[in-house]
Amino acid sequence: MADNQPVLNPGRHRLVMFQESALFPWLNTFGNVMFGLRLKPGLRNSERREVAKFFLHLVGLEKFMEANVHELSGGMKQRVALARALAPNPRVLLMDEPFAALDAMTREQLYGDIQRIWEKRRKTIIFVTHNVREAACLADRVMVMSPTPGRIREIFEVDLPRPRDFNSIEIAQHAAKLTAVLKGFAEQEVAVVS
Amino acid sequence: MRRTLLALLFFVGLVAIWTAMVRAKIWSPVLLPSPHNVLDYLISAWRDGSLVSAAAVTLRRLLIGYFIGLAIGLPLGLLTASLTFVEDTIGVLALGLQTLPSVCWVPLALLWFGQTEGAMLFVVIMGTVWSVVIATDTGVRTIPPIYARAARTMGSRPLHRWVHVILPASLPYLISGMKQGWAFAWRSLMAAEIYVTILTGFGLGHLLHYGRELNAMDQVIGIMLVIVVIGLLADKILFSPWERFLHRRWGTGRV
Repeated sequence: MADNQPVLNPGRHRLVMFQESALFPWLNTFGNVMFGLRLKPGLRNSERREVAKFFLHLVGLEKFMEANVHELSGGMKQRVALARALAPNPRVLLMDEPFAALDAMTREQLYGDIQRIWEKRRKTIIFVTHNVREAACLADRVMVMSPTPGRIREIFEVDLPRPRDFNSIEIAQHAAKLTAVLKGFAEQEVAVVS
Repeated sequence: MRRTLLALLFFVGLVAIWTAMVRAKIWSPVLLPSPHNVLDYLISAWRDGSLVSAAAVTLRRLLIGYFIGLAIGLPLGLLTASLTFVEDTIGVLALGLQTLPSVCWVPLALLWFGQTEGAMLFVVIMGTVWSVVIATDTGVRTIPPIYARAARTMGSRPLHRWVHVILPASLPYLISGMKQGWAFAWRSLMAAEIYVTILTGFGLGHLLHYGRELNAMDQVIGIMLVIVVIGLLADKILFSPWERFLHRRWGTGRV
């Protein structure tokens, strides 16, 4: 259920960011961000272009509008994917381990980016991760799930001030609490930033 | 510049070896004419218009047949990749018929259509369609499913997905399939023209055939050169722009 409507199909109100960027190689960066916007009715094309530019600016890639996908680094690709997912202004953003395939440095930079962007856009993000610290760093609420069947087992509130530093002691303490619960049964948890 | 120069050097070398072999008189000049003789033939055939009109007739057949073949093959390939029923029927048929050398269509085409343009077109289309079907099918099946899934989450419906995701994503395969189709179309048409004399038009294959009948080796080699050059030009004009686009976007093409 979302907004009192049962959720039956994928759709543009619930955009997904995957583990791989899933950018389209036949389009350049700008074209990729425009793809989702073109599917959103009720906008003029000039407005769509403005929105696309705004979000590329937001993820810090306005200089790479014309770049081809193969010319971007892994972190840049995920940022374009983020811009593509944010641009049509979905109600909820679903992120499925979006940083799992990135190296540690890039990932930590993206934790900062995503918190900064979240401060600006205030979007509900459902963020699936296996990384406990990542959950503690990004989430307002962490839902710990059990493996097969995937059920929510416990819910934690993380009420630390933002922006949070991935390497801070408080995050580590929260992460330790989560890990203790996880060791009981689970290998997967879901974090909700709302 | 350096590249052009090296390539030029290569071809000059090739002609030089040819000339040297003629000079050495290993074979009779009837069997191996000099480059000079071949050039003479080409110039005279150009002047009397026979070369130009034959090339025009051949190209017209080739282009019409090829584009009809594409128009049939592309949608069929999309269908075989998406519907199991079509895969099990047309797909199997395409796989089988692709292995059939296109010359084998000539007797059938003659009996069905007589000595007409229709027979020529039929052979070219049969030569093109099946390889295009198979290339398109492979292309669509090779697309990472994540593209279609990503498009779905952005609200893309099936028809939109076909046009804006599946087709462009399989473009590298489609282009190579179209190239292969072009090569097959050329082959089929030359086979048909060499085997069949038809009264509605005198193509390059016929010039080649009569060159043999008249023992005119300068004509045979000259026409073969023309066929090669047309093939090269077609590649540059029809496919190079697409391939450059692919290499730029996908970052392929150089090791």
